[in-house]
Formats: sequence, structure tokens, C-alpha cells
Amino acid sequence: MIVSTRTGSLTFAEVAPGKGMDVALARTPADVLRWIDASGLRGRGGAGFPTSLKWELAAKSPGALKYVICNADEGEPGTFKDRVILADFADLVFEGMTIAAYCIAARQGIVYLRAEYTYLRPHLEAVLARRREAHLLGKGIAGRAGFDFDIEIHMGSGSYVCGEETALIESLEGQRGEPRNRPPFPIDTGYLGNPTTVNNVETFAWAACILARGADWFKEYGTAKSTGHKLFSVSGDCQRPGVYEFPLGITIEAFLQEVGGEDAKAVQVGGAAGQCVPRGEFHRALAYEDIPTGGSIIVFGPQRDMLRVAANFLEFFIDESCGQCTPCREGTIKLLEGVKMLQRGQCSMDYLEELCSLGETMQLASKCGLGQTAPNTFLSIVSHFRDEILGRTAAWSPE
Amino acid sequence: MTDTSPHESAHTRAPASQRSRTAEMLEHAKRLGKMIPVTIDGNPIEVPLGTSVLEAAQRLGIRIPTLCYHEDLCLAGVCRVCVVQIEGQRTLQAACSYPITAPINVSTHTAKVRRARRHVIDLLLSAHVGECYTCSRNNHCELQDLAAEYGVDAFRFGRRETRRYPIDASSHAVVRDMDKCVLCRRCVRTCIDLQEVGVLEALRRGARTKIGTFMDKPLGSVVCISCGQCINRCPTGALRANDPTDDVWDAIDDPDKHVVIQTAPSPRAAIGECFGLEPGNAITFKLNSALRRCGFDRVFDTNFAADLTIMEEGVELLLRLKRALVDRDSTAALPQLTSCSPGWVKFLEHFYPEYIPNLSTAKSPQQMFGALLKTYYTDLNGLDPRNVVTVALMPCSAKKFECNRPEMCASGFKDVDYGLTTRELGKMIREAGVDPLKLPKSDFDDPFGTATGSGVIFGTTGGVMEAALRTVLELVTGLKVEKFFDHADIVPVRGFEGVRHVEIPVTQVGPVPPLVAHLFNNWKWLKGATLKVGVAHGTANAKKVMEDVKAGGQFSQCHFIEFMACPGGCLGGGGQPTPTSPAIRAARAKAIYAEDRSYTIRKSHENPAILKVYDEFLTDGPCGHRSHKLLHTTYTPRGKYIE
Ligand SMILES: Cc1cc2nc3c(=O)[nH]c(=O)nc-3n(C[C@H](O)[C@H](O)[C@H](O)COP(=O)(O)O)c2cc1C
Ligand code: SF4
Ligand code: SF4
Ligand code: SF4
Ligand code: SF4
Ligand code: FES
Repeated sequence: MIVSTRTGSLTFAEVAPGKGMDVALARTPADVLRWIDASGLRGRGGAGFPTSLKWELAAKSPGALKYVICNADEGEPGTFKDRVILADFADLVFEGMTIAAYCIAARQGIVYLRAEYTYLRPHLEAVLARRREAHLLGKGIAGRAGFDFDIEIHMGSGSYVCGEETALIESLEGQRGEPRNRPPFPIDTGYLGNPTTVNNVETFAWAACILARGADWFKEYGTAKSTGHKLFSVSGDCQRPGVYEFPLGITIEAFLQEVGGEDAKAVQVGGAAGQCVPRGEFHRALAYEDIPTGGSIIVFGPQRDMLRVAANFLEFFIDESCGQCTPCREGTIKLLEGVKMLQRGQCSMDYLEELCSLGETMQLASKCGLGQTAPNTFLSIVSHFRDEILGRTAAWSPE
Repeated sequence: MTDTSPHESAHTRAPASQRSRTAEMLEHAKRLGKMIPVTIDGNPIEVPLGTSVLEAAQRLGIRIPTLCYHEDLCLAGVCRVCVVQIEGQRTLQAACSYPITAPINVSTHTAKVRRARRHVIDLLLSAHVGECYTCSRNNHCELQDLAAEYGVDAFRFGRRETRRYPIDASSHAVVRDMDKCVLCRRCVRTCIDLQEVGVLEALRRGARTKIGTFMDKPLGSVVCISCGQCINRCPTGALRANDPTDDVWDAIDDPDKHVVIQTAPSPRAAIGECFGLEPGNAITFKLNSALRRCGFDRVFDTNFAADLTIMEEGVELLLRLKRALVDRDSTAALPQLTSCSPGWVKFLEHFYPEYIPNLSTAKSPQQMFGALLKTYYTDLNGLDPRNVVTVALMPCSAKKFECNRPEMCASGFKDVDYGLTTRELGKMIREAGVDPLKLPKSDFDDPFGTATGSGVIFGTTGGVMEAALRTVLELVTGLKVEKFFDHADIVPVRGFEGVRHVEIPVTQVGPVPPLVAHLFNNWKWLKGATLKVGVAHGTANAKKVMEDVKAGGQFSQCHFIEFMACPGGCLGGGGQPTPTSPAIRAARAKAIYAEDRSYTIRKSHENPAILKVYDEFLTDGPCGHRSHKLLHTTYTPRGKYIE
């Protein structure tokens, strides 16, 4: 049995599978790209890169072999919406991947599936088999000579950083999962050196919906810069955790009302890599132009100790850093030591300032997104919860 | 003259994160030659598409500090010391690995950049067990230099005082002290990409990241070939050679011991670098004086043994050719592969054990010399081999492994007791308070004193082949090799291309010289033949050649192939002074060829000391019974599976 934790109705349940692909294949790839562009769809994996631009670059990049990779590594703490999409709406995801393949002229698709989701694999394989039988995958898809595309599933091999697209590609190639230097980007030098687009599970599903329902339908929701709906994984101190769909641009306040977390002291938006938003800023919006997120929302109730929160996330990064680059590998250790000093009331203001400055260096000088975001929570807790974290004594500390 | 860039090798095993596709892509882009205008700190310059920011800055004379970058290696972009600000970019970029593909404005020392670099250095120091006083790299350590350059005056983020890792001294050649490792991964890239051995890799992740071997086994029990190339490229004291200098001092101090040292040409061409000389200045004869000042009883020239090696290996080749061409003996293993580079020998024993029959059975010059010192030399001088300590100054860390091979005991005693690297001898000389540059020149000791140019060029890639060809051609044709090659410089086998294939026709033959008359009746069977030879340096290139031999390609048709484990040959050996770069190796090669030219006798078989040894001691001639016992050896199929 496939368990999903969805709450309320999701658009994905209303869009008829197959429609998007029919619409796409009736148009030229350039038209499809224009359509996606018009919708304003941005990557649902977190960074919010415009999807049409990524596909267009991959389409223009020379190469006979191109790849479409679905990033189903879903490793961000507090995210589980991709699991729900894969369990309940796999057809839409594969449809989106096929549309991407049509746009960029890819022949092979790969789903990089988080090892913990191995239980989903038989289901996904069955969906793929069904699609092959229906000529929605394979040679001459939907009767179009020359449009050959198939999808295989590759199990992830471990760490959180393998969700970073270049580390994911390294891992696919059988190497240690470590981010590459960028440039070059996957769109010209990706899997096995070929042009590759890597997109989040949800991004593909929305692409299929946009083709089925139109760019205008999609744009009706959200803000000018963050169009459409987005899935959120909600956990922590709230009454109704689960997977929700909301239009982008929703304020945290409104969000908390929906999930029953009105008394929250802070909300962690975007998982460990995101930021910790204090009560005073709950009027802010979940949108790329304000507080961007891949969909992880963790609610912290009034009883939570924010230094515990910071320590917890830093421990995560200390373990999950790939260990390549100095700022991330060593910096996370220093920040955690700093938190421990704060817990004991032994961190001078000077040193705290030094650590914040180090945090900025990590944001600026780390090689990949992991190290660049690792200090975010620490920095936001230090700046928003000064009163709470300063002036502790050893006796006060929970440790 | 540059080494073949490792990125050009299609079969490179380094993962892209360690190799950066950029490098490959950029090499390609650079060849397109499109020029891009950029400014760095306000200075305009046009560079070919694909040039890195670091290279562009270097052209402008702007220094950007680096740590994980190394000229010989593919890019990694991991230390982040070299970060710069590129206008319009949110984050800082690593100059070493950022390719210029569009016009950009770069600032190399904004406040943010300086702060970030300082933080990176502070962080590296915080994780480092800094024991500079006792460290092999004290005063020539890239981490120390960076700390000084950035004015580090306090351990801002603390320092590590307790060790985390045991020191791994299991290998005869390389000692690993991972508490001094800065995780720049130069060693990993050296081993996997430059040498294509692939012993070292980053293990675990995050805070527990560590450079290690397969299953974190000791280096002595994995497929490490002891080449020491990783030592040469390590910026810190994390990797060092297994240093026997204390034992050598003990021997010198022991009045009952007669301590002799042989010096090889490559360290002589490089040891000046330990004393501040520019690369490319050999100090052979001043070094002799310095060694005597240190207390060595006799100083010999390894070139003598190199000439002996040529005699033995050259005759062995002629014997194999005769077996194959005259006797039609299908077991005559051709091509014959050289055996004087112990790193290469170990490489073959691990990865191509089925080709052991092709390896020349001749020992390397170091070991031949050792064997003669404890037999011929002791006989001549009435010494007890028990009391003779043989030391070898070598450019090589694998020589340490070689002299400890159990079979290398021809006299019943270790042929060579201690192998010293160039760096270690430099240290001993300094310790003795001697400045070799200020000393008068002095000659090598008899009875091996005289050497030839052929021995000298052993130190550079193609040198063994050139020396062997000089001798083989003269033995066979009875004519001076100068007749075929101006000044006896066999230029086609020279150079730094990773792999070379040369054909030399034997247009005429002469009478069989007396030295080998017991082995051959005539040379008729060689008339009109074409000698096909190959040269490869660096094990990555060796691998290419061996794969070609396996696949029946052009190298399988060769008669003789020279292999050296180290890029550039011995002059780039793992025991040579740091730093190393293509330019430094080219300078050393020039010094070696200049020394060759300076000898009046340049061919091994004309060396009077050699003729004397065959006359007085190895009386049954090259490849005779006695030389087989003393000067030839056996090999061990090791395979690549580790128990
Ligand atoms: C450390 C790290 C982990 C990431 N993990 C994921 C992940 O699990 N799933 C995902 O879709 N994107 C992840 N990303 C983002 C990807 O690198 C990439 O931007 C994304 O897959 C692109 O898809 P999109 O454009 O559709 O959002 C991660 C990035 C970083 C830096
Ligand atoms: S930032 Fe962290 S995860 Fe990313 S490359 Fe550097 S060490 Fe690895
Ligand atoms: S590696 Fe460098 S910094 Fe570290 S102890 Fe040795 S000399 Fe000092
Ligand atoms: S000595 Fe050579 S083979 Fe051994 S680890 Fe170093 S580079 Fe690799
Ligand atoms: S051992 Fe030396 S070369 Fe290797 S990663 Fe450590 S510091 Fe760098
Ligand atoms: S020298 Fe550029 S990142 Fe290390």
C-alpha cells in the first residue's frame, strides 16, 4: 500500500492525465517552450530557476544525446511532497518528463529516486510499463516517427547533497556524490558530458498541467513573479501536518491558520537550507521574491528552544556536507561550536560577530548550494532571537 | 616541451568533480582561439575563450593565492582560497576553476574577498595539527606561506591540539600524517588522474572526510606503487617520504662502518633547488665535496651502474631478439620492457602481472651498484661486506621500496641499505652545516669513477632508450653511432610527449665484438631489420602503452619499450624537491642533457671501468652466470586484489 499524507484537494487530482501531452505533441517544441514561458513556471525544487529557460538552453546546446532527469531525491528535512506526487500522480510526472524531452530533443529520461522511496519503485515501474504499452514511451511516441524517449529509474545512493543537481549527476555516473564546478552547467555538460535538464518532481507535474489547462489558467494564481500553485510539506508544532497545495504568495500568517499553527513562535521555511522566520515577520509571503521555498515548512511552537533548533540543523549539515570545500566542511563545525558556547553562556559578543561574519563567508565562498545555505538558519536565529539566545548560563541550558 | 596534459586522456578515471569538465572543455575552447576581453582589478586584457580567471590574472602579474590548484593536475576548486568577486554575481567564484566565456569584471581583493580568504585560512588552521617545528615541511609549506601572506596573527577559530588519526608508516616509501592534511585532494588527483593508479580517495563525508585508501587499509598493503608523486604535490607535511636519515647518520657515526654513497644524475640536477638555486643547475662535483664533509667514506657515481645496466639490458635484448628471430622460440617474450624504474615495476606487478616475462631481468642501476659494492668492491679493498653500508641518493621514493625487496640481497646482504631522496640528503647536508654551493668541486672515487654521458641521461624520459640504442647500434654495426645521429644525440626518443614510438633501421651489421662473442656468432640475422622502440613516462601513459600492447596495437610490435613511473622520468621523481611543475622538470632535463654533452665518453660500452669489471670480475661477460646471480632479479605477480 502506498501511503500519502495529502490534505484537501490537489490540482493534480483534477487534471486528466494525457491531455497535456496531446496538446504538446500537436505543437512544435518551440511553441511548447513559449507556452511554458508564458506560464511563468519556476523550478519547484527550491531555487526557482525559470523552467522554460532551462529547457531552452538545453534545447540549444549541441549534442545528439540529451537527458531529462527527474530529481526525486527529496532530501530536504521536512519535505515529503514529492513522495505524494510520485505515489498518487506518477503519470503526470512522466508526462512532464516526456514533454521536456520533446522540447529539448532528449532520448533518455532518468528518475533519481531517493533510496528511502524504494518501496515506490514497483509502482513507478508498473506505471512506466503501462505507458510503454500505450506507446507513451519508447520508439515513435504517440505515433510520431523520430520521437523516441524512455525513462528508467535509478536508486539514489545516500546523502542529502546528492539532491544537488551536479552531485546527482556524479552519483548517477557511479562516482562519489559531490557537486561539480559550475560553469559548465548541466544544460551543456551534464550526465556523461551531455546536455541535461534536471528538474524537480513537482516541476514536471506542473508542466504537464500547464499544457493541459493553459498558461493563463496557471498564471491566474500566485504573484506576478511567482505564478501558480505549489505543494507544501508541513510538519512540526501544528494541528494538521501534511501536504498542502496553496497559491504562491500566501503569507505565513494565512498559511499557519490553514494548518493550525497560529501560536507558532517561528517557522522554518525551506528546510535546513531555508531560513527561520520569526513571529514578527509572519506577514511575509512564500514566494520567490520574498521567502523562497522548495516546499518544506516546519512550525516551531512557543516552547521550542531556538538554540536547539540551530544546533539540530547544524549537526545535519556537519554530517551531510560532502566535505569537499573548506567553508562548508569546517565552517559548519565552527558554527555548531558557537551554538554550544551560546548554550553555556560562554560566547562573547565579539566571537558571535566573528561567527556571523564567517556565516557570510560560507554563503559567499562555498562551492555549492549546501554550504551557501548552511549558515542561514544560524544567522536568522542570531538576528531574530537575540534575547532568547544571549545571556544564558550553564544551568539554564537544556544540555 | 610540456607534459601531455592529463585532461587530454580520454580514459581518465577521475570523477568530473575532481577533474572539472571545465578543464577538458576549456582545452577545447582555447583551441578555438576566440579572444574575450576582461578586466581584472581595472586592468584590461584579452584572453582566449576558456582561460581561467587565475590564468588571466597571472598574465597580468596579479597574484591570486591558491592551495588546491596545481599546474600538473586537473581542477578541483575545493579549497576556496582563490575566491574573487565577479561583477554581477551573487557569490564569490573560485578563480582557479572559473572559465572565462564572456566579458567580465573581476576584483581580486575586495573587502569581502579578503575576509573570505582569511576565513578559509583560519578554518584550515583550526582543523590542522600545526606542529611546524617538527614537520617535514617546516619553512616550505604552502599552508604556512598562506598564513604568513594573510597575516594570520591568532587562531581565530581555535586550533586542533589532539590528533585524530594514527600516522600510517606501513609503506616503505610514503608516510601519511592525515592530521596535517588540508583536504586539497591534490594527492587524489595525482594518483587517480596523473598516474592512473587510483590508490587514494576521499573517504566518508562532512566533518569526517579523510583521504584514505580502499577500505582505509594501510598504504603498504594496497596497490600503491610507491612513486611518491603524491608527496611532490602535497602542499603540506601530510605526505612525506619514509626518512632513513637517522639510520644513515648512525652508520656514519659508527667507526666500524664503511659508508659509501652513490648519487644518481637527477638528484644532482635538482638538489641545488634545496639551497636556493634556480631549477636546471646541476651541482654534481660540489655535491661530492659536500658528501665527504658529511662523513661518507666514498662517493660513487650511479652512472657507472647505469652503464652496466645498459650492457646487461642491451645484451639481454639482443639475446631475446636472437631467440625470437633465429631460434623461432615463441617463448622469447617481446617487447622487452625496462625494469629500472621500481615504481613502474610495481605498477606492472599489480596491474599487468601477465607481462612479467617481458620485464628485463636486469636490476636497476641502484641495485646493481649495491650488489657490486658488497662483492667486487669489498674484495678489491679487503672489506667485510658486513661492515659496508651502501646508501643511494635517488630522486625516487620507490627506490626505498626497491632496496627493501627481499630478493635484493645478491651478496647475502642487502644490496642497498638505505635509499635517500634528494630532499632528505639536502636536509643532511644542512644539518652538517655545509653549503654545497660554496665548496670546491671534487671527483668521484675509484674504482668506478669514470662515467659516461649515457648513464647521465637515464634521469630523463627516453634516456634509457637512447643509451641502450647507442650501445646496441654500435655493438651490432661496428660503426660509430655518430654516423647515424649527429653528436650521438638520438633526438627522436627525446622529448616530453607522454608516449613515443620510434623506428630505427639496422642498415648494416659488423663483426661481433669480443665482449659478447660467447653469445653470438654473427649479426647477419639483424641486417635490414628495423628496431622498433617505445617510450612512456608517467604510469597513466604506461597504461596506455600496455593496453595497446594487450590489444595487439603498434606497441605490441615493438622490441623494446622504456617505462618510467614518474612524469618526465626520474628528474620528476617522487623524491625530488618541491615544488614541481612542467617548467621545473624541463629545466632539470636541460641540465641533464648538458651534462651528457660534457662527457668525453658518452657510450656505456666504452666506459673503461665497465670493461674492467667484465675483465676482472664478471668474467663470463654480460648476461653471464655471475652477472645473472648478482645483477639480475626476479619479480612477483601481485595483482590488484587486496586481501
Ligand atoms: C544540497 C542541495 C540539495 C538539493 N536537494 C534537492 C532535492 O532533493 N530535490 C530537488 O528537486 N532539488 C534539490 N536541490 C536543487 C537542485 O540542485 C536543482 O536545483 C533542482 O533539482 C532543479 O529543479 P527545478 O528547477 O525544477 O527546481 C538541491 C540543491 C542543493 C544545493
Ligand atoms: S558547499 Fe559543502 S556540500 Fe557543497 S561542495 Fe562544498 S563541502 Fe560539498
Ligand atoms: S604542514 Fe605546514 S603548517 Fe602544518 S605543521 Fe607542517 S609546516 Fe606547519
Ligand atoms: S605513491 Fe604513487 S601510487 Fe602511491 S599513493 Fe602516491 S601517487 Fe598513488
Ligand atoms: S594529503 Fe596532502 S595533497 Fe592530499 S589532500 Fe591532504 S594536504 Fe592535500
Ligand atoms: S585554488 Fe581555487 S579553489 Fe583551491
